[in-house]
Amino acid sequence: MLRIPREIADEIVAHARRDHPDEACGVVAGPAGSDRPERFIPMVNAARSPTFYEFDSMDLLRLYRDMDANDEEPVVVYHSHTATEAYPSRTDISYASEPHAHYVLVSTRDGAHVSGPVEFRSFRIVDGQVSEEPVEFA
Amino acid sequence: MTVTVAIPTVLRQYTDGQKQVSGSGPDLAALITDLETRHTGLSDRIIDGNALRRFVNVYVNDEDVRFLDGLGTPLQDGDTVTILPAVAGG
Repeated sequence: MLRIPREIADEIVAHARRDHPDEACGVVAGPAGSDRPERFIPMVNAARSPTFYEFDSMDLLRLYRDMDANDEEPVVVYHSHTATEAYPSRTDISYASEPHAHYVLVSTRDGAHVSGPVEFRSFRIVDGQVSEEPVEFA
Repeated sequence: MTVTVAIPTVLRQYTDGQKQVSGSGPDLAALITDLETRHTGLSDRIIDGNALRRFVNVYVNDEDVRFLDGLGTPLQDGDTVTILPAVAGG
């Protein structure tokens, strides 16, 4: 299960709304081993694409250096889908590289970019296997 | 000469869980060959044929080797090599 502070979930959704129709992406870091998402870090989608996202390679290096220095890890890795459901795509599954992370997917396909409903779902992706988990807003 | 290599979580299965290992070699390709002798399986996760895998980033000190000489990037004693899988998807 993912427990995430309501304000952070709201920030993720706001980021997805802002970047629509391109995919938005980012991380919520937390103390290593705590499973507590605490520090919201929106990232630039270097692909600037409605169907793909990728962290810029220099941003990625800085992110991991910062997390290392703070003894943090990526508790949540999030991105948005802008035309499909909030479920990991084949590409999402093949590139997922954080076995301990909660992969959060948000979909803005149903008008969430204006004021429509938002799908907010969380998954574990380990060795190519996807399992959805409940989300609790704290 | 010795180079320090930072290993990402997902590849620590090849390094007995260590987040940092040491290696040596005049360039990145030679370093990876050297690492493979002690950490079997690591090389295949970084290299595909004769090139770096598209979704693996390798940095020498603070530079992405894609903007240097890729696998031919020269290494010096005391350099730090960081391996980070891309965070990407569709």
